[in-house]
Amino acid sequence: MIENHLSLLIVVLPLLAAPIVAVLPNGRMPWSISTLVSWAVFAMACIQLINVSTGSVISYELGGWAPPWGIEYRIDAANALVALIVSGIAAVTLPYALKSVEQEIPKHQHSLFYAAFMLCFTGLLGITLTGDIFNLFVFLEISSLSSYALISLGKQRQALTASYQYLIMGTIGATFFIIGVGLLYAMTGTLNMMDLSQRLPELYEHRTIHTAFAFIMVGFALKLALFPLHLWLPNAYTYAPTVVTVFLAATATKVAVYVMLRVIFSVFGFTFIEDTPTDELFMILCVVGILMMSFYAIYQQDAKRLLAYSSVAQIGYMMLGIGIGSALGITATLVHLFNHALMKGALFMAIGAIVYQIGSSRIEHMQGLGKHMPWTFAAIVIGGLSLIGVPGTAGFISKWYLVLAAIEKQHWLIVIVILAGSLLAVIYVWKLVEVLYFKPADESGQTVSNQLTSRKEAPLMLLIPTWILVVANVYFGFNTELTVGTAEQAVKLLLPSMN
Amino acid sequence: MKHNLILRVVSKFLIPLIFLFALYVQFHGDFGPGGGFQAGVIFSAAIILYALVFGVDSAKQVIPPSILLFLASLGVLIYAGTGVASLMMGGNYLEYGVLASTQLAGQHIGILLIELGVGITVMAVMLIMFFAFAERGRQQEDKKS
Repeated sequence: MIENHLSLLIVVLPLLAAPIVAVLPNGRMPWSISTLVSWAVFAMACIQLINVSTGSVISYELGGWAPPWGIEYRIDAANALVALIVSGIAAVTLPYALKSVEQEIPKHQHSLFYAAFMLCFTGLLGITLTGDIFNLFVFLEISSLSSYALISLGKQRQALTASYQYLIMGTIGATFFIIGVGLLYAMTGTLNMMDLSQRLPELYEHRTIHTAFAFIMVGFALKLALFPLHLWLPNAYTYAPTVVTVFLAATATKVAVYVMLRVIFSVFGFTFIEDTPTDELFMILCVVGILMMSFYAIYQQDAKRLLAYSSVAQIGYMMLGIGIGSALGITATLVHLFNHALMKGALFMAIGAIVYQIGSSRIEHMQGLGKHMPWTFAAIVIGGLSLIGVPGTAGFISKWYLVLAAIEKQHWLIVIVILAGSLLAVIYVWKLVEVLYFKPADESGQTVSNQLTSRKEAPLMLLIPTWILVVANVYFGFNTELTVGTAEQAVKLLLPSMN
Repeated sequence: MKHNLILRVVSKFLIPLIFLFALYVQFHGDFGPGGGFQAGVIFSAAIILYALVFGVDSAKQVIPPSILLFLASLGVLIYAGTGVASLMMGGNYLEYGVLASTQLAGQHIGILLIELGVGITVMAVMLIMFFAFAERGRQQEDKKS
């Protein structure tokens, strides 16, 4: 029975867990149930990916109503890969959460915290697996509302402003998306993505369709923090509790990039995009975004904020692949989606381990900590190398494909920008490494009150999940069968005309 | 509001009727306009009216906030659980038809259960929000005095 309903159970299991966790007494129970659920979902996502890796497509009819009337879950290689990322990151973040949440969030909010986390998890998985564009909006709202709540739980007061800023921007994004969907529905009378893709070609010339497309693009550009619509992201990532930053940085924007891919290639079709200035616009914004945000990252004084700006730059790489629009470009986007989740997850976790020990994420407070926390420091170095794109790490693979895609289409400027972006990444990663290892430790202890007592390695509960991601970064730098293989399989389905 | 006799009498008269109307909207939702969301809002409106006229504290005695959190979760569980029940009985998720012996009866039971879940959650969440805002104002007054 489970075989047939696998794709649905992935979404329903965390949905069932959320209300149960919410009423449990505060203690370790909410955490244990959430962790077990995330592991089960991860296992199911692995099986699902194996099922579709041959290029087949799973279709699940919700409520037994046949599509296009009923809601359909449609799983192919592309969204199975994204579901694997989301569930995999949740499965390593939750074990990490135990210690970190105990320190950062007041005890009476623990069960509600895990309930919101489960809801966010459900929402992200639902966006990924659904084949119905309105159902996608519903899950988008579930994941967004719960993430606003999660971000606002940060320890500093600025968390509230950050969360409110994200709420306003995110709501505008979601509203734009639903306006676009409404226009599409008015023109075609359907909400099923497959059905839309069949009915749209004869309406390509219609102005309403162009308006709908523009609304959907701007809406999701806000959600995925495409430069210059990224203003909510640095604050949200800086002030959110560590666990939330790790989870959202590694999954939320990735899911939004996936939706972009799906809408552009599966619903509208790339022929439509090529007639509009969208692809050129994406390329220009990404090029400016990569360079500017990398510069911004260099000048940050807060480690979390530095990584947040670097995230915006990295999103530029993903969208560049879409802008290039060739088979290689989309492969690069999908592979970078996966790899960036691994490296940002690892880096934010390592910074989180430092925050756990010294209670601050300001870079000047971290002087000389590398010698006291060798394992955390090593994780930052390897994660940073992956972020730069050094051969032998996962980051190299995705940049390699992106450069190949740019060369194939003779976009020489983009090749230069990708390389320049990597050089800028060297500078901001070095900034962290320098402070952590080469600056003498500030022994006066005046900066953070408990600094002297806690200058030792982080607990194993934080280190093990961090190192799982670090090892994954290296592993996927050598073995690209899963990432590139699945991405190429997905490209065959997204770009049927090119094969 | 303690001395406002007309308000007290009228709302005492109205509150049961509002409850009744909420239940009507709830259980008539499968054939007519209405359903869980509207019923939940109307139901909570009755309690909010009670809180406005008789004070938040007495309203909290009627429905303690700890129960509200439980009810809010229960509604979601009923909704998701109905889907799981139809899975167990051999259908797809939320395929109501398999819940009873005939397709029609199954559809009927299914939508009633779903709407019941929605109604309970909406009612509870409306009240949680109302109490949260009501508490906030009172905390500030306490600080002033």
